Amino acid sequence: MKGEPAVLTGQHFLLGDHACAEGALAAGCRFFGGYPITPSTEVAEWLARRLPEVGGLFVQMEDELASMAAIVGASVAGARAMTATSGPGFSLMMENLGLAAMMEVPCVVINVQRGGPSTGLPTLVGQADVMQARWGSHGDYEIVAYSPASPQECFDLTVKAFNTADRFRIPVLVMADEVVAHMMERVTIPPAEAIPRVERKRPRQGPGDNGFLPFKADDDLIPPMVHAGEGYRVHFTGLTHDERGYPALTAPAHDRLVRRLVDKVRLRESEIVEYEEYRLEDARVVIIAYGSTARSARRAVGLAREQGIAAGLLRPITLWPFPAERVKKLAERVRAFVVPELNLGQVSREVERFTSLPVLGVNHAGGAMMPPEPILEAIREVAG
Amino acid sequence: MSTLIAERHPSDSLFRADRLPHIWCPGCGIGPAMHAFAQAMVESGIPLARHVCVSGIGCTGRVSGYLNMDSYHTTHGRAIPFATAIALVKPELEVTVYSGDGDLFAIGGNHFIHAARRNVDINVICINNFNYGMTGGQVGPTTPMGARATTAPFGNYEQPFSLPYLAAATGAVFVARWTSLHLRQLKQAMLRAMKKRGFTFIEVLAPCPVGFGRPNDIGDAMEEMTLYRERCVVDPVAPLDSLGIDLREKDHPIILGNFVDIERPVFDPLAMMRPAPENNAVGKRQEGQ
Repeated sequence: MKGEPAVLTGQHFLLGDHACAEGALAAGCRFFGGYPITPSTEVAEWLARRLPEVGGLFVQMEDELASMAAIVGASVAGARAMTATSGPGFSLMMENLGLAAMMEVPCVVINVQRGGPSTGLPTLVGQADVMQARWGSHGDYEIVAYSPASPQECFDLTVKAFNTADRFRIPVLVMADEVVAHMMERVTIPPAEAIPRVERKRPRQGPGDNGFLPFKADDDLIPPMVHAGEGYRVHFTGLTHDERGYPALTAPAHDRLVRRLVDKVRLRESEIVEYEEYRLEDARVVIIAYGSTARSARRAVGLAREQGIAAGLLRPITLWPFPAERVKKLAERVRAFVVPELNLGQVSREVERFTSLPVLGVNHAGGAMMPPEPILEAIREVAG
Repeated sequence: MSTLIAERHPSDSLFRADRLPHIWCPGCGIGPAMHAFAQAMVESGIPLARHVCVSGIGCTGRVSGYLNMDSYHTTHGRAIPFATAIALVKPELEVTVYSGDGDLFAIGGNHFIHAARRNVDINVICINNFNYGMTGGQVGPTTPMGARATTAPFGNYEQPFSLPYLAAATGAVFVARWTSLHLRQLKQAMLRAMKKRGFTFIEVLAPCPVGFGRPNDIGDAMEEMTLYRERCVVDPVAPLDSLGIDLREKDHPIILGNFVDIERPVFDPLAMMRPAPENNAVGKRQEGQ
C-alpha cells in the first residue's frame, strides 16, 4: 500500500493522539496491537491507516489483555511495538506489563488518562493513574513514564519512549492526559535522519555458541536481546529465572533477578530523569506540575509574579523516575512547594518524601482542566 | 539402583536435558504428547530454528520450558495473543501454542475464539486433563458433568465445552482430537497442522491420575487410560455436535479423529488491507465506485 513516508518531516497541525502515533512511526514502530477506548482511540485510528502505508502491522485485538500480550510477542520477534489505552484498559494491561518487565521485553504503552476509578469519566480528563503507572503490576520493578504537556511532546516523548525501552529492555509508558491528547497544536517533525534512534543491544556470539547465556547481563545489568527464530533456542519465562532463562524458584535466585531488574534502571536514573524549569532562578515558591496541568501552572506563575510573588515551575517530563534530586536541591533555597494535579494527591506525596518544607496540593478529582486561579491562591497562601 | 539402558535417547537434542527431572507426576499424559510434538517437529521438514513454542500457565504450560527451541512461557491465558504477534511479525516461523484446558479455555477462552475467527497462522495444541492440575485438581471448563474436583466436591454441575465443536464453530481450519495413548495418530495430526496455513487445533485427552483420577476413584494412570480407551471411537466424520464427553454413561463414546480440514483465507493484515471495493465493500460503495 503506497502512501506517506514513515517520518512526516515538516510542520503539522496535529491532535495530541495523532502526534503520539506519528512519533511511534518515526521511531520505527511497526506493530500496534490495541483495543478502542476513549480518549486514546485516535491513536489506533490513525495507525490503522498509517501503519500499512509503511509496511507495519495494525491489529485490533479482542481486549487490552490481548493487546498487551501481543505487543510483548511482537517485540520478542524483533519489532518495535506499541499499544495505546486509557484507565480501564491500562488496568487490564498491568498483567502483561509485568511480563514485559520480567522477560525484559521492550515495548511502549500510551495511557491517555481520563477520570477514574472504574469507567469514571470516559471523555473527560484525569491524572489519577500516576501511582498505577509506578506500582500497577504486582511485584518489584522499575518503570519509565513520560508525561507530555503538548502535542509536540506527544511526538517527541513517544520517540524517546521507544529508545528508552530498547536501551533498558523495559516497558515504557507515555502518560498523556485527555486534554493534551485532544488538543491540536503545531508539531514539528524533523527529518528522518534527525530522529534519535537507540538500538537494542544484541548478542555478540552466534547461535552455535554453547556457552551463550541469554539472560546474563553485562556490566550495565542489561542482557543482550535474542529474537525469535534466530537459532539461539532461547527460553523466556515470566517465572523467576537464571541466566540461562530457566526457571529458578529459590529465594537467592529471585532476589538476584529482581534486584538486577530494578537496578538496571535505578542506577541510571540520572540519565533518564527529565524536567523543564520555568522562572525558577529566583523562585521562593515552586509549583510542581505535569501534563495539561503544567500549562495552567505556567499561567499561575505569571499571575503570581504580577502580584510580586517569586513563583516558578518545575515540570517533570519523566514522572518515573521522579526528579527527586532536583526537588531536594530546590528545597535548600525555596519556601514551599505547590503541587496542582487532577487527582487527590499522588505526585504531592512523592514531593513530600524529598522535603520537609510545606507541600500544598491543589487537587481536583478530574473532569475539567485545572484552572490557574486555585494554583495562584495556593501560591499566595504558602508565600504568606 | 536402576541400570541405565541407554546413555542417549534419539530425541535428547529436542529437550533441555539439563532441566530434568520435570515437574509432572508419574502417569501424567503431558510427557508422551510432548514427545509426539517433538517428533512431529523433526518430521515436519521445517528446521527446528523456525519452530517456536508458546505456552501459558499450568502443568502443560511447562512444556515450552522443556523443549530445546525458541520457547516462551507467558502469562495465564495469554499464550495465543503473544503467539499471534510472533506469527505476524515473522510469518516464516512455525508457531505452536502448547497449553492446557484451563489456560486456553477458561482464562484464555476469549483469545482462542478470536484467533480462530481471524484464522491466525498458529497451531494450538491443548492437553485436556479435565482439571486444573498444577493448583491441585480444581474444576475447569472441560471437567465432565458429575466429576469431582477440589472445588466441585459434590460433582461438577456445569456443562463443559466440547473443544473440537467450539474450535470448528469459531473458524479453525484443522480440528482433531486424540489421546495420549494414540501417539501415532496424534503425531500425524500435528504434522498435518504444521503443514497447514491458518489456525489449527488439536485436543489431546490426557490422564491426570493425581488431580482428576484420584478424586474420581478412577485409580492410577493405567486405569484412567483404560477407561478412556474402552470408550474411544475413531470417527472423523462424526457430527461435530456429537463430540461432547460424558463419563457418567458407559456407552457414551469418546469420539476421536481429524474432524475438520478446510481452507480459509489466512490472517494477513498487510495483504488484506487493500482498498478493493469490488471485493470487500459493504453497502453503497459497492455501486459505481
